[in-house]
Amino acid sequence: MLKRSHYENPILPYLLISPQMLIVILFFLWPAGAALLQAFQISDPFGQGTAFVWFDNFKNLFETLEYRQSFLKTLVFSVSTALLSLLMGLALAALTNRILKIKTVTRTLLIWPYAVAPAMAGMLWLFLFHPTYGVIGHFLVSNGVDWNPVLNGTHAMVMVIIAASWKQISYNFVFFLGGLQAVPRSILEAAAIDGAGPLRRFFVIVLPLLSPTIFFLIVMNLVYAFFDTFGVIHATTEGGPGGATSTLVYKVYSDGFVGQDLGGSAAQSVILMVITVILTIVQFKVVEKKVHYNG
Amino acid sequence: MVERTPILDFFSYAFLVLGIVVVGFPIYYCLVAATLPLSEVLKYPMPLIPGEKLLENIRAAVEKGHLETQLWNSFLMALGITVGKISVSIISAFAIVYFNFRIRMLAFWMIFMTLMLPVEIRILPTYEVAANLFSPFKSLFRIFNLEFGLDFSLLNTYSGLILPLVASATATFLFRQFFLTLPEELCEASKMDGATPMQFFWKIVFPLSKTNIAALFVIVFVTGWNQYLWPLLVTTEPSMDTIIVGVQHLIPKADQVPQWNVAMAGALVAMVPPIMVVLLMQRWFVKGLVEHEK
Repeated sequence: MLKRSHYENPILPYLLISPQMLIVILFFLWPAGAALLQAFQISDPFGQGTAFVWFDNFKNLFETLEYRQSFLKTLVFSVSTALLSLLMGLALAALTNRILKIKTVTRTLLIWPYAVAPAMAGMLWLFLFHPTYGVIGHFLVSNGVDWNPVLNGTHAMVMVIIAASWKQISYNFVFFLGGLQAVPRSILEAAAIDGAGPLRRFFVIVLPLLSPTIFFLIVMNLVYAFFDTFGVIHATTEGGPGGATSTLVYKVYSDGFVGQDLGGSAAQSVILMVITVILTIVQFKVVEKKVHYNG
Repeated sequence: MVERTPILDFFSYAFLVLGIVVVGFPIYYCLVAATLPLSEVLKYPMPLIPGEKLLENIRAAVEKGHLETQLWNSFLMALGITVGKISVSIISAFAIVYFNFRIRMLAFWMIFMTLMLPVEIRILPTYEVAANLFSPFKSLFRIFNLEFGLDFSLLNTYSGLILPLVASATATFLFRQFFLTLPEELCEASKMDGATPMQFFWKIVFPLSKTNIAALFVIVFVTGWNQYLWPLLVTTEPSMDTIIVGVQHLIPKADQVPQWNVAMAGALVAMVPPIMVVLLMQRWFVKGLVEHEK
């Protein structure tokens, strides 16, 4: 943690950490504390008085069908997004690793969606899925599907899941390719001599050896699907139609910032904080494991 | 690898090419749409060969959406976030690793906490602080029935876009991790030579960190450019919009002429800078990505 040979200085270290500390306190810890406090209060609409109401905000929240549904939608959205982008990333990385000696060209060809902002990914897919002008949307319509993401909640959900997972494929690809290249050749060769074919080797040797990477990526993809996809949803469906794509993070924004429901929004923030803390702890456990596996 | 498997190889190649095409298609489709005149974009199927109207469409998008101001805003914001994050992180990590002081561990854990507090989950209270930087003092004063009269708003300013995003636990950890691998002798030798701590930082530690800084730079710049929620909150004036937020206004509404070619030209303008950064600095990008997440 601390270097054996270090400095003792009464002022300098405080000066060095002060810029970051100021920002952390002002823009992170204070707002988080304020959200915690507000979650247990109600304030009148004119901001004059506040009353402490214990868990009433949380109770109200879970009593509304909309919020409970939002939980479910977030689950469907996050799990589908993570699964889809993980499978695509793994498949592309496995194929690249299997047949190509020089991997940088494929990497270059697959890496660019990473640089595309979630909101821009939403915009591209909104066009592709447009029922009249988009190539995929029009294809679906002309083949008898009543495709309309503006009115149909399921269609809207499918669209945001595809847009969100498309953006994440490159990320998974980079990590999977790294993981695959670290699988020792000698083990694979030994298995081949024992008569295991390429597919069998992949499922019996490569996949188990890759499990630390897979666990790590599952957590990272869930974090991405939870928080970073706000832009995808805001740019395409704005939570609609009828709240069909209103995930938990989108609801904090629409209830709090647009709807100005202070207590309710703060309670939602606190629930999300609990989820993030859990995800972060799991993430660190997984990273520990990863280090351990690699020896 | 070991045996000959021509059939499997063939399918592997085919699927890989198919995968690359699928992944690249949305961007290619956007590029093609941006080069076509309106009449062609609205045809079905839309031609998949680029037309000649790229410059015209870009010009139309720039005029309609004021993209030149927005590009500049995005550039300033991304650069500010990048330089800010790297600077505050490297000096905090230096302090935490090379100085023994009372709140060392407290500072470390406070920075660590930011990992669990993405802006998405503290939208309103963070907005309140940005709307008035002194609002925390106001609240504290109010407890003692005192009035704190100063107001200072960051809304619609570059500082408002940049400052709240400058803290970074991951960048601080990355530098801390790197400093811990530096040999002890470096510090001992520079002490013996009579160098002050800051001389040691500038002459030894900083030059050694250059690769890490380059790797971080690419990834932080791209995520900075792609920020969406925070700019949406703190800017209300169109002249302060970043391009990622502003270009969304080009999406044709239900009752407008469906100028998707202009919208896609705008999208192209917004996407090209980060794509170029990632492609041109790919080596640094991959290094940054892998280390950033550890």
